[in-house]
Amino acid sequence: MTSTGTATTLSKTPLDAWHRAAGAKMVPFAGYEMPIQYSSIVSEHQACRSSAALFDVSHMGRIRFDGEGSEQLLDRLLTRRVTGMEVGRVRYGLICNEAGGVLDDVLVSHLETPSGQRYHLMVVNASNHDKIVQWITPLVADFPGVTMSDRTQLTAMIAVQGPKAIEVCKKLFSFDPSRLKYYHARITEQFKKPVIVSRTGYTGEDGFELIVRAEDANRVWENILLAGRDEGFTAAGLGARDTLRMEAAMPLYGHELDEATDPISAGLSFACNFKDRTFIGSDALGKIKADGPSRVRVGMIPEGKRPAREGCPVLDAAGKTIGVVTSGGPSPTLAHPIAMAYVDTEHASDSEFQIDIRGKAVRAVPTPLPFYKRP
Amino acid sequence: MSRDPAKLLYAESHEWADVSEQDGQKIATIGVSAFAIEQLNDLVYMDLPEVGKVVSAGEEFGEVESVKAVSPLYSPVSGEVIEVHTELPDNLDKLNEDPYNFGWVVKVKLSDEASLSTLMDAAAYQKQCSEAG
Repeated sequence: MTSTGTATTLSKTPLDAWHRAAGAKMVPFAGYEMPIQYSSIVSEHQACRSSAALFDVSHMGRIRFDGEGSEQLLDRLLTRRVTGMEVGRVRYGLICNEAGGVLDDVLVSHLETPSGQRYHLMVVNASNHDKIVQWITPLVADFPGVTMSDRTQLTAMIAVQGPKAIEVCKKLFSFDPSRLKYYHARITEQFKKPVIVSRTGYTGEDGFELIVRAEDANRVWENILLAGRDEGFTAAGLGARDTLRMEAAMPLYGHELDEATDPISAGLSFACNFKDRTFIGSDALGKIKADGPSRVRVGMIPEGKRPAREGCPVLDAAGKTIGVVTSGGPSPTLAHPIAMAYVDTEHASDSEFQIDIRGKAVRAVPTPLPFYKRP
Repeated sequence: MSRDPAKLLYAESHEWADVSEQDGQKIATIGVSAFAIEQLNDLVYMDLPEVGKVVSAGEEFGEVESVKAVSPLYSPVSGEVIEVHTELPDNLDKLNEDPYNFGWVVKVKLSDEASLSTLMDAAAYQKQCSEAG
Protein backbone atom coordinates (compact mmCIF):
# COMPACT_ATOMS: atom_id res chain seq x y z
CA MET A 1 0.00 0.00 0.00
CA THR A 2 1.21 3.44 -0.80
CA SER A 3 -0.18 6.67 0.52
CA THR A 4 -1.22 7.75 -2.97
CA GLY A 5 -4.76 8.19 -1.77
CA THR A 6 -8.13 9.02 -3.23
CA ALA A 7 -9.76 12.40 -2.77
CA THR A 8 -11.37 11.34 0.49
CA THR A 9 -8.12 10.40 2.22
CA LEU A 10 -5.83 13.29 1.31
CA SER A 11 -3.74 14.70 4.13
CA LYS A 12 -3.03 18.37 4.69
CA THR A 13 0.29 19.86 5.76
CA PRO A 14 0.43 22.26 8.74
CA LEU A 15 0.79 25.10 6.18
CA ASP A 16 -2.37 24.19 4.27
CA ALA A 17 -4.40 27.23 5.34
CA TRP A 18 -1.50 29.55 4.48
CA HIS A 19 -1.27 28.14 0.95
CA ARG A 20 -4.99 28.57 0.36
CA ALA A 21 -5.02 32.12 1.71
CA ALA A 22 -2.13 32.92 -0.65
CA GLY A 23 -4.21 31.72 -3.60
CA ALA A 24 -2.26 28.53 -4.29
CA LYS A 25 -3.60 26.04 -6.78
CA MET A 26 -3.80 22.83 -4.74
CA VAL A 27 -3.39 19.38 -6.29
CA PRO A 28 -3.33 15.84 -4.91
CA PHE A 29 0.24 14.57 -4.65
CA ALA A 30 1.40 11.39 -2.90
CA GLY A 31 -1.59 11.38 -0.59
CA TYR A 32 -1.40 15.07 0.27
CA GLU A 33 -3.05 18.20 -0.98
CA MET A 34 -0.09 20.29 -2.07
CA PRO A 35 0.39 23.70 -3.72
CA ILE A 36 1.51 23.23 -7.32
CA GLN A 37 1.86 26.99 -7.87
CA TYR A 38 0.83 30.28 -6.31
CA SER A 39 1.03 32.65 -9.28
CA SER A 40 3.28 31.27 -12.01
CA ILE A 41 5.68 28.33 -12.11
CA VAL A 42 8.16 30.36 -14.16
CA SER A 43 8.23 33.36 -11.80
CA GLU A 44 8.57 31.09 -8.75
CA HIS A 45 11.38 29.25 -10.51
CA GLN A 46 13.17 32.51 -11.32
CA ALA A 47 12.77 33.79 -7.76
CA CYS A 48 14.61 30.68 -6.55
CA ARG A 49 17.46 31.18 -9.04
CA SER A 50 17.86 34.92 -8.36
CA SER A 51 16.79 35.38 -4.72
CA ALA A 52 15.19 32.57 -2.74
CA ALA A 53 12.01 30.50 -2.70
CA LEU A 54 10.24 28.74 0.16
CA PHE A 55 8.79 25.30 -0.42
CA ASP A 56 6.49 23.40 1.89
CA VAL A 57 7.90 19.87 1.71
CA SER A 58 6.08 18.59 4.77
CA HIS A 59 4.68 15.72 2.70
CA MET A 60 8.10 14.06 2.74
CA GLY A 61 8.47 11.34 5.36
CA ARG A 62 10.66 11.87 8.43
CA ILE A 63 11.67 8.74 10.32
CA ARG A 64 13.81 8.82 13.44
CA PHE A 65 16.06 6.02 14.71
CA ASP A 66 17.19 6.02 18.33
CA GLY A 67 19.28 3.60 20.32
CA GLU A 68 22.13 1.14 20.12
CA GLY A 69 22.33 -0.52 16.72
CA SER A 70 20.76 2.31 14.67
CA GLU A 71 23.91 2.68 12.58
CA GLN A 72 24.09 -1.07 11.93
CA LEU A 73 20.41 -1.16 10.93
CA LEU A 74 20.84 1.77 8.54
CA ASP A 75 23.99 0.16 7.16
CA ARG A 76 21.95 -2.93 6.26
CA LEU A 77 19.39 -0.77 4.50
CA LEU A 78 21.42 1.81 2.68
CA THR A 79 23.84 1.81 -0.23
CA ARG A 80 25.86 4.37 1.73
CA ARG A 81 27.83 3.70 4.90
CA VAL A 82 26.22 5.21 8.01
CA THR A 83 28.52 3.71 10.64
CA GLY A 84 31.22 6.20 11.44
CA MET A 85 29.23 9.15 10.12
CA GLU A 86 30.03 12.07 12.41
CA VAL A 87 27.39 14.05 14.27
CA GLY A 88 26.28 16.88 12.01
CA ARG A 89 26.76 14.98 8.75
CA VAL A 90 24.03 14.36 6.14
CA ARG A 91 24.30 11.64 3.52
CA TYR A 92 22.34 10.84 0.38
CA GLY A 93 21.79 7.13 -0.18
CA LEU A 94 19.47 4.58 -1.69
CA ILE A 95 17.36 1.84 -0.24
CA CYS A 96 17.38 -1.10 -2.66
CA ASN A 97 15.74 -4.50 -2.84
CA GLU A 98 17.80 -7.69 -3.14
CA ALA A 99 17.87 -7.33 -6.93
CA GLY A 100 19.36 -3.85 -6.64
CA GLY A 101 16.16 -2.08 -7.69
CA VAL A 102 15.63 1.26 -5.97
CA LEU A 103 12.91 1.31 -3.30
CA ASP A 104 13.66 4.94 -2.42
CA ASP A 105 16.34 7.60 -2.36
CA VAL A 106 16.78 9.19 1.04
CA LEU A 107 18.80 11.58 3.17
CA VAL A 108 20.15 10.43 6.53
CA SER A 109 21.33 12.94 9.13
CA HIS A 110 23.23 12.25 12.33
CA LEU A 111 21.97 14.70 14.94
CA GLU A 112 22.50 15.54 18.60
CA THR A 113 19.90 17.10 20.87
CA PRO A 114 20.86 19.93 23.29
CA SER A 115 20.80 17.35 26.09
CA GLY A 116 23.40 15.29 24.23
CA GLN A 117 21.18 12.54 22.85
CA ARG A 118 22.31 11.34 19.43
CA TYR A 119 20.02 9.89 16.79
CA HIS A 120 19.64 9.41 13.04
CA LEU A 121 16.90 11.00 10.98
CA MET A 122 15.92 9.68 7.58
CA VAL A 123 13.92 11.75 5.08
CA VAL A 124 12.05 9.64 2.51
CA ASN A 125 9.89 10.46 -0.49
CA ALA A 126 6.23 11.08 0.30
CA SER A 127 5.13 8.56 -2.32
CA ASN A 128 7.33 5.87 -0.72
CA HIS A 129 6.70 6.62 2.94
CA ASP A 130 4.37 3.73 3.73
CA LYS A 131 6.35 1.25 1.64
CA ILE A 132 9.62 2.16 3.36
CA VAL A 133 8.14 1.97 6.87
CA GLN A 134 6.86 -1.51 6.00
CA TRP A 135 10.23 -2.48 4.53
CA ILE A 136 12.14 -1.39 7.63
CA THR A 137 9.76 -2.63 10.34
CA PRO A 138 10.76 -6.33 10.18
CA LEU A 139 14.45 -5.35 10.12
CA VAL A 140 14.08 -3.31 13.29
CA ALA A 141 13.13 -6.55 15.04
CA ASP A 142 16.72 -7.76 14.45
CA PHE A 143 18.08 -4.75 16.35
CA PRO A 144 16.39 -4.84 19.76
CA GLY A 145 18.11 -1.65 20.92
CA VAL A 146 16.63 0.43 18.10
CA THR A 147 13.44 2.47 18.29
CA MET A 148 11.99 3.67 15.00
CA SER A 149 9.54 6.57 15.26
CA ASP A 150 7.63 8.25 12.50
CA ARG A 151 7.94 12.02 12.93
CA THR A 152 6.08 12.97 9.73
CA GLN A 153 2.77 14.01 11.31
CA LEU A 154 4.36 15.77 14.27
CA THR A 155 6.62 18.00 12.23
CA ALA A 156 6.69 20.17 9.14
CA MET A 157 9.48 20.57 6.62
CA ILE A 158 10.35 23.80 4.81
CA ALA A 159 12.98 24.22 2.10
CA VAL A 160 14.51 27.68 1.64
CA GLN A 161 16.47 27.66 -1.59
CA GLY A 162 18.31 30.32 -3.54
CA PRO A 163 21.46 32.43 -3.59
CA LYS A 164 20.14 34.79 -0.90
CA ALA A 165 18.66 32.13 1.40
CA ILE A 166 21.58 31.77 3.79
CA GLU A 167 22.57 35.44 3.91
CA VAL A 168 19.05 36.69 4.68
CA CYS A 169 18.33 33.98 7.26
CA LYS A 170 21.69 34.16 9.08
CA LYS A 171 20.28 35.94 12.09
CA LEU A 172 16.99 34.07 12.37
CA PHE A 173 18.46 31.10 14.15
CA SER A 174 20.51 30.67 17.33
CA PHE A 175 23.08 28.96 15.13
CA ASP A 176 24.15 30.86 12.02
CA PRO A 177 23.42 28.47 9.09
CA SER A 178 26.25 29.99 7.02
CA ARG A 179 28.56 28.10 9.41
CA LEU A 180 27.09 24.81 8.21
CA LYS A 181 28.96 23.15 5.37
CA TYR A 182 27.04 21.64 2.45
CA TYR A 183 25.41 18.36 3.53
CA HIS A 184 25.70 19.18 7.22
CA ALA A 185 22.84 19.67 9.69
CA ARG A 186 22.25 20.55 13.31
CA ILE A 187 19.56 21.19 15.84
CA THR A 188 19.17 24.86 16.77
CA GLU A 189 16.37 27.27 17.72
CA GLN A 190 14.30 30.01 16.23
CA PHE A 191 12.80 32.23 18.96
CA LYS A 192 13.26 29.43 21.51
CA LYS A 193 11.53 26.84 19.32
CA PRO A 194 13.53 23.79 18.23
CA VAL A 195 14.42 23.49 14.57
CA ILE A 196 16.67 21.19 12.56
CA VAL A 197 18.63 23.13 9.93
CA SER A 198 20.20 21.16 7.12
CA ARG A 199 22.30 22.67 4.32
CA THR A 200 20.73 20.53 1.64
CA GLY A 201 18.16 20.99 -1.10
CA TYR A 202 16.61 19.87 -4.33
CA THR A 203 16.95 22.87 -6.62
CA GLY A 204 20.63 23.17 -7.52
CA GLU A 205 20.87 26.34 -5.43
CA ASP A 206 22.50 26.99 -2.09
CA GLY A 207 20.07 27.05 0.80
CA PHE A 208 18.75 24.95 3.62
CA GLU A 209 15.91 22.72 4.70
CA LEU A 210 14.21 23.05 8.07
CA ILE A 211 12.30 20.57 10.16
CA VAL A 212 10.12 22.21 12.80
CA ARG A 213 7.32 21.10 15.09
CA ALA A 214 3.98 21.15 13.26
CA GLU A 215 2.64 23.85 15.58
CA ASP A 216 5.60 26.15 14.82
CA ALA A 217 5.45 25.76 11.04
CA ASN A 218 3.39 28.83 10.16
CA ARG A 219 5.44 31.15 12.33
CA VAL A 220 8.77 29.95 10.95
CA TRP A 221 7.46 30.13 7.37
CA GLU A 222 6.16 33.68 7.82
CA ASN A 223 9.29 34.85 9.63
CA ILE A 224 11.47 33.76 6.72
CA LEU A 225 9.16 35.30 4.11
CA LEU A 226 9.17 38.54 6.07
CA ALA A 227 12.95 38.51 6.51
CA GLY A 228 13.35 38.09 2.75
CA ARG A 229 10.56 40.41 1.68
CA ASP A 230 12.83 43.16 0.39
CA GLU A 231 15.05 40.61 -1.35
CA GLY A 232 12.16 39.06 -3.27
CA PHE A 233 11.66 35.82 -1.33
CA THR A 234 8.57 34.02 -2.55
CA ALA A 235 6.59 30.89 -1.80
CA ALA A 236 6.97 28.31 -4.57
CA GLY A 237 4.97 25.20 -5.36
CA LEU A 238 5.68 21.71 -6.60
CA GLY A 239 5.64 22.92 -10.22
CA ALA A 240 8.73 25.09 -9.72
CA ARG A 241 10.30 22.43 -7.51
CA ASP A 242 10.09 20.05 -10.46
CA THR A 243 11.52 22.43 -13.10
CA LEU A 244 14.33 23.41 -10.69
CA ARG A 245 15.34 19.85 -9.86
CA MET A 246 15.14 18.93 -13.54
CA GLU A 247 17.62 21.67 -14.48
CA ALA A 248 19.87 20.43 -11.67
CA ALA A 249 19.43 16.87 -13.06
CA MET A 250 18.40 15.53 -9.69
CA PRO A 251 16.53 12.24 -10.00
CA LEU A 252 12.90 12.08 -8.92
CA TYR A 253 11.50 8.81 -7.63
CA GLY A 254 8.84 7.44 -9.96
CA HIS A 255 10.62 9.06 -12.93
CA GLU A 256 14.40 8.48 -12.97
CA LEU A 257 14.19 5.94 -10.13
CA ASP A 258 11.92 2.97 -9.47
CA GLU A 259 12.14 -0.66 -8.42
CA ALA A 260 13.10 -1.69 -11.98
CA THR A 261 16.05 0.74 -11.99
CA ASP A 262 19.36 0.30 -10.18
CA PRO A 263 21.51 3.17 -8.88
CA ILE A 264 24.42 2.34 -11.21
CA SER A 265 22.29 2.87 -14.33
CA ALA A 266 20.88 6.02 -12.74
CA GLY A 267 24.38 7.50 -12.48
CA LEU A 268 24.34 7.28 -8.68
CA SER A 269 27.46 5.10 -8.21
CA PHE A 270 28.84 7.86 -5.97
CA ALA A 271 26.12 6.95 -3.47
CA CYS A 272 27.04 3.24 -3.35
CA ASN A 273 29.88 2.13 -1.06
CA PHE A 274 30.90 -1.51 -1.46
CA LYS A 275 34.20 -1.50 0.35
CA ASP A 276 34.33 -3.84 3.39
CA ARG A 277 30.56 -4.01 3.73
CA THR A 278 27.36 -5.60 2.52
CA PHE A 279 23.85 -4.19 2.39
CA ILE A 280 20.54 -5.30 0.97
CA GLY A 281 21.12 -5.46 -2.78
CA SER A 282 24.92 -5.17 -2.61
CA ASP A 283 25.55 -8.52 -4.36
CA ALA A 284 23.32 -7.61 -7.28
CA LEU A 285 24.69 -4.07 -7.50
CA GLY A 286 28.31 -5.28 -7.31
CA LYS A 287 27.60 -7.48 -10.31
CA ILE A 288 25.93 -4.64 -12.26
CA LYS A 289 28.88 -2.42 -11.46
CA ALA A 290 31.37 -5.03 -12.63
CA ASP A 291 29.47 -5.95 -15.82
CA GLY A 292 28.33 -2.41 -16.60
CA PRO A 293 24.66 -1.37 -16.64
CA SER A 294 22.50 -2.16 -19.67
CA ARG A 295 21.18 1.40 -19.84
CA VAL A 296 22.30 4.74 -18.53
CA ARG A 297 20.76 8.10 -17.64
CA VAL A 298 21.65 10.88 -20.05
CA GLY A 299 20.67 14.49 -20.66
CA MET A 300 19.55 15.87 -24.00
CA ILE A 301 18.27 19.05 -25.55
CA PRO A 302 15.43 18.67 -28.06
CA GLU A 303 15.62 21.11 -30.96
CA GLY A 304 13.01 23.82 -31.17
CA LYS A 305 10.57 24.91 -28.53
CA ARG A 306 8.41 21.85 -28.15
CA PRO A 307 9.23 20.05 -24.90
CA ALA A 308 9.69 16.28 -24.84
CA ARG A 309 7.78 14.81 -21.92
CA GLU A 310 8.10 11.74 -19.73
CA GLY A 311 7.38 8.59 -21.72
CA CYS A 312 8.46 9.91 -25.12
CA PRO A 313 10.52 7.22 -26.91
CA VAL A 314 14.17 8.04 -27.68
CA LEU A 315 15.40 6.88 -31.10
CA ASP A 316 18.90 6.63 -32.52
CA ALA A 317 19.82 8.66 -35.61
CA ALA A 318 18.54 5.79 -37.77
CA GLY A 319 15.13 5.79 -36.09
CA LYS A 320 15.40 2.70 -33.88
CA THR A 321 13.95 2.97 -30.35
CA ILE A 322 16.82 2.86 -27.86
CA GLY A 323 15.40 4.51 -24.78
CA VAL A 324 12.77 6.62 -23.10
CA VAL A 325 12.44 10.11 -21.62
CA THR A 326 11.95 10.02 -17.83
CA SER A 327 11.58 13.78 -17.20
CA GLY A 328 11.30 16.56 -19.70
CA GLY A 329 9.94 20.04 -20.06
CA PRO A 330 10.88 23.63 -20.72
CA SER A 331 13.83 24.99 -18.76
CA PRO A 332 12.89 28.46 -17.49
CA THR A 333 16.56 29.30 -16.83
CA LEU A 334 17.93 28.15 -20.18
CA ALA A 335 14.82 29.13 -22.18
CA HIS A 336 14.77 25.90 -24.18
CA PRO A 337 13.47 22.39 -23.51
CA ILE A 338 15.53 19.85 -21.59
CA ALA A 339 15.06 16.12 -21.10
CA MET A 340 16.53 13.31 -19.05
CA ALA A 341 16.30 9.84 -20.53
CA TYR A 342 17.53 6.29 -20.18
CA VAL A 343 19.25 4.95 -23.30
CA ASP A 344 20.84 1.58 -24.04
CA THR A 345 24.46 1.71 -22.92
CA GLU A 346 25.88 1.13 -26.41
CA HIS A 347 24.21 4.40 -27.44
CA ALA A 348 25.37 6.38 -24.39
CA SER A 349 28.00 8.28 -26.40
CA ASP A 350 25.93 8.88 -29.54
CA SER A 351 26.32 12.40 -30.86
CA GLU A 352 22.70 12.72 -31.86
CA PHE A 353 19.32 11.31 -30.87
CA GLN A 354 15.73 11.74 -31.93
CA ILE A 355 12.79 11.99 -29.56
CA ASP A 356 9.37 10.87 -30.68
CA ILE A 357 7.12 13.65 -29.37
CA ARG A 358 3.59 12.36 -29.91
CA GLY A 359 4.31 11.04 -33.38
CA LYS A 360 6.80 13.65 -34.55
CA ALA A 361 10.52 12.82 -34.47
CA VAL A 362 12.49 15.77 -33.11
CA ARG A 363 16.29 15.92 -33.22
CA ALA A 364 17.94 16.02 -29.79
CA VAL A 365 21.58 16.57 -28.91
CA PRO A 366 23.20 15.02 -25.84
CA THR A 367 24.44 17.35 -23.12
CA PRO A 368 26.31 16.63 -19.89
CA LEU A 369 24.26 16.65 -16.69
CA PRO A 370 23.38 18.82 -14.88
CA PHE A 371 21.79 21.24 -17.32
CA TYR A 372 22.23 24.05 -14.81
CA LYS A 373 25.03 24.64 -12.31
CA ARG A 374 24.86 27.58 -9.95
CA PRO A 375 27.45 30.27 -10.69
CA MET B 1 -11.37 46.85 -34.06
CA SER B 2 -11.50 45.15 -30.74
CA ARG B 3 -13.41 41.90 -30.33
CA ASP B 4 -15.93 41.83 -27.47
CA PRO B 5 -15.71 38.55 -25.49
CA ALA B 6 -19.34 39.00 -24.41
CA LYS B 7 -20.47 38.57 -28.01
CA LEU B 8 -18.53 35.38 -28.84
CA LEU B 9 -19.58 31.74 -28.84
CA TYR B 10 -17.73 29.26 -26.63
CA ALA B 11 -17.07 25.52 -26.63
CA GLU B 12 -17.09 23.51 -23.44
CA SER B 13 -13.38 22.87 -24.15
CA HIS B 14 -12.68 26.66 -23.79
CA GLU B 15 -12.23 27.71 -27.42
CA TRP B 16 -14.07 30.83 -28.58
CA ALA B 17 -15.54 31.39 -32.06
CA ASP B 18 -16.40 34.67 -33.73
CA VAL B 19 -18.65 33.93 -36.69
CA SER B 20 -18.90 36.51 -39.46
CA GLU B 21 -19.99 36.51 -43.07
CA GLN B 22 -17.67 37.20 -46.00
CA ASP B 23 -18.90 36.98 -49.62
CA GLY B 24 -21.86 34.84 -48.55
CA GLN B 25 -19.57 32.41 -46.67
CA LYS B 26 -19.64 31.95 -42.92
CA ILE B 27 -16.16 32.27 -41.42
CA ALA B 28 -15.34 31.46 -37.80
CA THR B 29 -12.30 33.06 -36.19
CA ILE B 30 -11.21 30.75 -33.38
CA GLY B 31 -9.16 31.34 -30.25
CA VAL B 32 -8.69 30.22 -26.65
CA SER B 33 -10.61 31.88 -23.80
CA ALA B 34 -8.91 34.11 -21.26
CA PHE B 35 -10.08 31.73 -18.53
CA ALA B 36 -8.33 28.75 -20.16
CA ILE B 37 -5.14 30.71 -20.77
CA GLU B 38 -5.12 31.84 -17.16
CA GLN B 39 -5.60 28.22 -16.03
CA LEU B 40 -2.88 26.90 -18.34
CA ASN B 41 -0.39 29.53 -17.14
CA ASP B 42 3.17 29.90 -18.43
CA LEU B 43 2.58 28.86 -22.05
CA VAL B 44 5.68 27.58 -23.83
CA TYR B 45 4.59 26.01 -27.10
CA MET B 46 1.75 25.98 -29.59
CA ASP B 47 1.23 23.60 -32.49
CA LEU B 48 -1.05 24.81 -35.30
CA PRO B 49 -2.63 23.09 -38.30
CA GLU B 50 -1.85 23.76 -41.96
CA VAL B 51 -4.08 25.92 -44.11
CA GLY B 52 -6.45 23.61 -45.99
CA LYS B 53 -6.95 21.16 -43.14
CA VAL B 54 -10.55 20.01 -42.86
CA VAL B 55 -11.82 19.85 -39.29
CA SER B 56 -15.06 18.75 -37.75
CA ALA B 57 -16.53 20.19 -34.59
CA GLY B 58 -14.93 18.66 -31.51
CA GLU B 59 -11.90 17.43 -33.45
CA GLU B 60 -8.37 18.22 -32.26
CA PHE B 61 -6.61 20.67 -34.58
CA GLY B 62 -3.58 21.70 -32.56
CA GLU B 63 -2.16 21.87 -29.08
CA VAL B 64 -1.00 24.38 -26.56
CA GLU B 65 1.60 23.51 -23.98
CA SER B 66 2.39 25.07 -20.62
CA VAL B 67 5.35 24.39 -18.33
CA LYS B 68 3.44 21.54 -16.73
CA ALA B 69 1.06 20.12 -19.31
CA VAL B 70 -0.04 19.64 -22.89
CA SER B 71 -3.61 20.63 -23.79
CA PRO B 72 -5.26 19.80 -27.11
CA LEU B 73 -7.10 22.52 -29.02
CA TYR B 74 -10.47 21.38 -30.33
CA SER B 75 -12.26 22.99 -33.21
CA PRO B 76 -15.62 24.40 -32.10
CA VAL B 77 -16.90 24.26 -35.70
CA SER B 78 -16.77 22.10 -38.84
CA GLY B 79 -15.11 23.36 -42.00
CA GLU B 80 -11.82 24.12 -43.68
CA VAL B 81 -8.92 26.02 -42.16
CA ILE B 82 -8.38 29.04 -44.45
CA GLU B 83 -5.93 31.06 -42.35
CA VAL B 84 -3.50 30.29 -39.53
CA HIS B 85 -2.06 32.85 -37.13
CA THR B 86 1.56 31.86 -37.73
CA GLU B 87 2.98 34.67 -35.56
CA LEU B 88 1.21 33.34 -32.49
CA PRO B 89 3.54 30.46 -31.44
CA ASP B 90 6.49 32.88 -31.19
CA ASN B 91 4.47 35.44 -29.22
CA LEU B 92 2.72 33.40 -26.57
CA ASP B 93 3.14 36.16 -24.00
CA LYS B 94 0.93 38.34 -26.19
CA LEU B 95 -1.67 35.57 -26.24
CA ASN B 96 -1.76 35.98 -22.46
CA GLU B 97 -2.32 39.70 -22.69
CA ASP B 98 -4.82 39.77 -25.50
CA PRO B 99 -6.53 36.41 -26.05
CA TYR B 100 -9.47 37.82 -28.06
CA ASN B 101 -7.64 39.98 -30.59
CA PHE B 102 -3.97 39.23 -31.07
CA GLY B 103 -4.69 35.73 -29.73
CA TRP B 104 -6.78 34.43 -32.62
CA VAL B 105 -5.52 30.98 -33.70
CA VAL B 106 -7.20 29.94 -36.96
CA LYS B 107 -10.00 30.99 -39.31
CA VAL B 108 -12.32 28.24 -40.51
CA LYS B 109 -14.74 28.41 -43.46
CA LEU B 110 -17.85 26.66 -42.16
CA SER B 111 -19.05 23.59 -44.06
CA ASP B 112 -22.24 23.42 -42.04
CA GLU B 113 -23.75 25.51 -39.29
CA ALA B 114 -25.21 22.71 -37.21
CA SER B 115 -22.24 22.70 -34.85
CA LEU B 116 -22.89 26.34 -33.92
CA SER B 117 -26.01 25.36 -32.01
CA THR B 118 -23.93 23.26 -29.59
CA LEU B 119 -21.84 26.28 -28.56
CA MET B 120 -22.56 28.44 -25.54
CA ASP B 121 -23.08 32.16 -25.36
CA ALA B 122 -20.79 34.19 -23.10
CA ALA B 123 -23.16 34.04 -20.12
CA ALA B 124 -23.46 30.24 -20.23
CA TYR B 125 -19.70 29.91 -20.65
CA GLN B 126 -19.07 32.26 -17.73
CA LYS B 127 -21.28 30.03 -15.62
CA GLN B 128 -19.29 26.94 -16.62
CA CYS B 129 -16.05 28.67 -15.64
CA SER B 130 -17.28 29.88 -12.28
CA GLU B 131 -18.51 26.37 -11.47
CA ALA B 132 -15.10 24.96 -12.40
CA GLY B 133 -13.70 27.34 -9.79
